Amino acid sequence: MSTSADATHLDAAVAAPRHTPETDATTLHVRYLLSLGDDALVYAQRLGEWLTHAPQIEEDMALGNVGLDLLGQARSLLTRAGEVEGGGRDEDALAMLRDEREFRNVQLVEQPRGDFAVEMARMLWFASYQCELWSQLTSSADETLAGIAGKAVKEAVYHRDHATQWVLRLGDGTEVSRERMQAGLEAVHPYVAELGEDHEAARWAAEQGVGVLPSSLTDAVNAHVSAVLEQATLTMPDAPRWHARGGREGVHSEAMGYLLAEMQHIARSHPGATW
Amino acid sequence: MYGNDFGHSDDAPLNAAETEDYASVLEEHMAYFDRLVQDDQRIEPRDAMPDAYRQTLIRQIAQHAHSEIIGMQPEGNWITRAPSLRRKAILMAKVQDEAGHGLYLYSAAETLGVDRSELLDKLHSGRQKYSSIFNYPTLTWADVGAIGWLVDGAAIMNQVPLCRCSYGPYARAMIRVCKEESFHQRQGFELLWTLSQGTDAQRAMLQDAADRWWWPALMMFGPPDSGEKAKEGHTAQSMAWGIKRFTNDDLRQRFVDMTVPQAIKLGITLPDPDLRWNEERGHWDFGEIDWDEFWRVLKGDGPCNAQRIATRVTAHEEGAWVREAAAAYADKQAARSAEGAVA
Repeated sequence: MSTSADATHLDAAVAAPRHTPETDATTLHVRYLLSLGDDALVYAQRLGEWLTHAPQIEEDMALGNVGLDLLGQARSLLTRAGEVEGGGRDEDALAMLRDEREFRNVQLVEQPRGDFAVEMARMLWFASYQCELWSQLTSSADETLAGIAGKAVKEAVYHRDHATQWVLRLGDGTEVSRERMQAGLEAVHPYVAELGEDHEAARWAAEQGVGVLPSSLTDAVNAHVSAVLEQATLTMPDAPRWHARGGREGVHSEAMGYLLAEMQHIARSHPGATW
Repeated sequence: MYGNDFGHSDDAPLNAAETEDYASVLEEHMAYFDRLVQDDQRIEPRDAMPDAYRQTLIRQIAQHAHSEIIGMQPEGNWITRAPSLRRKAILMAKVQDEAGHGLYLYSAAETLGVDRSELLDKLHSGRQKYSSIFNYPTLTWADVGAIGWLVDGAAIMNQVPLCRCSYGPYARAMIRVCKEESFHQRQGFELLWTLSQGTDAQRAMLQDAADRWWWPALMMFGPPDSGEKAKEGHTAQSMAWGIKRFTNDDLRQRFVDMTVPQAIKLGITLPDPDLRWNEERGHWDFGEIDWDEFWRVLKGDGPCNAQRIATRVTAHEEGAWVREAAAAYADKQAARSAEGAVA
């Protein structure tokens, strides 16, 4: 087991098969779409938890809005994944009936809801990543994905702006808010690097012109976040001793099981029912 | 205080409201107010109005706003568990709509000279109420549909006449609110209709929700206020002022008449053995409402009263540092742009 802080390989226990001849193009295409769709779905699920708990009513609406946008992205992406797979699974079969190891989202989005500063730190990173991602994917060789990206990029820009404005207010607001915002950034930092890690499905997608290498987005993402933090009088946290990895291969944190249990239990309690 | 520099002597009135001129102008204004109400015209924020009219409206609009905000909780309870992604999206949008309604209504109340924070304080400390229906729990997925169908359905009965309320800002807010509520009610019915066409377990869930929500929905119109009861409560005065257009009892009867055929369509039984069509009246007769339960829940002895307020107060208190930061940042920005202007 490597102890290197910047290790990009998966631990042996976590490792999924590398690019192998038996992983066919359809499977990789589906996995790529699921990685995008699961990020959106799981983050929408966390944002949905904010409604009625936000610091002000306007923010109940705003966080609900961001969550709804992400849920819309997830529905389109899961539907597309089901089409490419060709096995008759629709968005709900993919959302409600997959087990934890089949979800391919990064661990950042599954982390339990923290305070408002933690949420704005998470949203700033995630939306900055999505802005770069979707603007690249508007020219995807998968025309459906390109269409989804065309709509999603506008949403991500708005989400990034929302998080940016709050990070500025909290960073350059009161002494208390500055401390809490800095703590929020520290809390999410171990989960940030995973957004920029290349994985088998992304490598295939980038080679085919369907997707992009996550690592190719990192510089632009870091540049935006760094600029915001500087303006907000905040400091970019040091490289963490540990960082999350494995989400793209279906290895998650302990929080994920509870999130799925809550999200899936009604659907799974009534097999075959229509809602 | 700014914009004037009047000298001040002990014998001069301290402000314009203490002058004789003011009294005569006030009288004229009140006559104007009466004329507007009589002619079914709208009173606007800058028009003079009797203080009791203003206070009645503040109380009513604030309670309406509070109901929207507290009403987000029982539905929000199901966002993370919605059984399909389509239902999850609909529910999130609906709860978000309720937040928007709360905001319109607080803004309408603010035109009467109160501040949202003052109204929220009253909600949090129990000095102002919200619709008692939200003190009941949402226990199954079907409850989400029942809230749309019955609770929003009853709310619309109350709210459509408010689009013609004599106070302009409230009436205009209600036009948009009613459009969205009407959509909410239809989605609730559609959700329940889907259950009615589903499995035995789904139909049982539907029937159970109707059993639990029917009577509380009828209570939403408030205590009886026609016949002898018309002498009590606020109804007569509110009707004279053009705030209220129909009695609680009228609205309740309309709701029952509208809803019973829908229940029949859903294939469910409403929990009232006295419910039957009265050919002579041309209305559905219904049984006695348990007003003891209504008053009990209103006074705090309902399953969720304490929980709803605690959730609301916690969100507000935990968000205080965020609101303070936003205010501090806005002040800093204003100071910076002022410095920039000077430089």
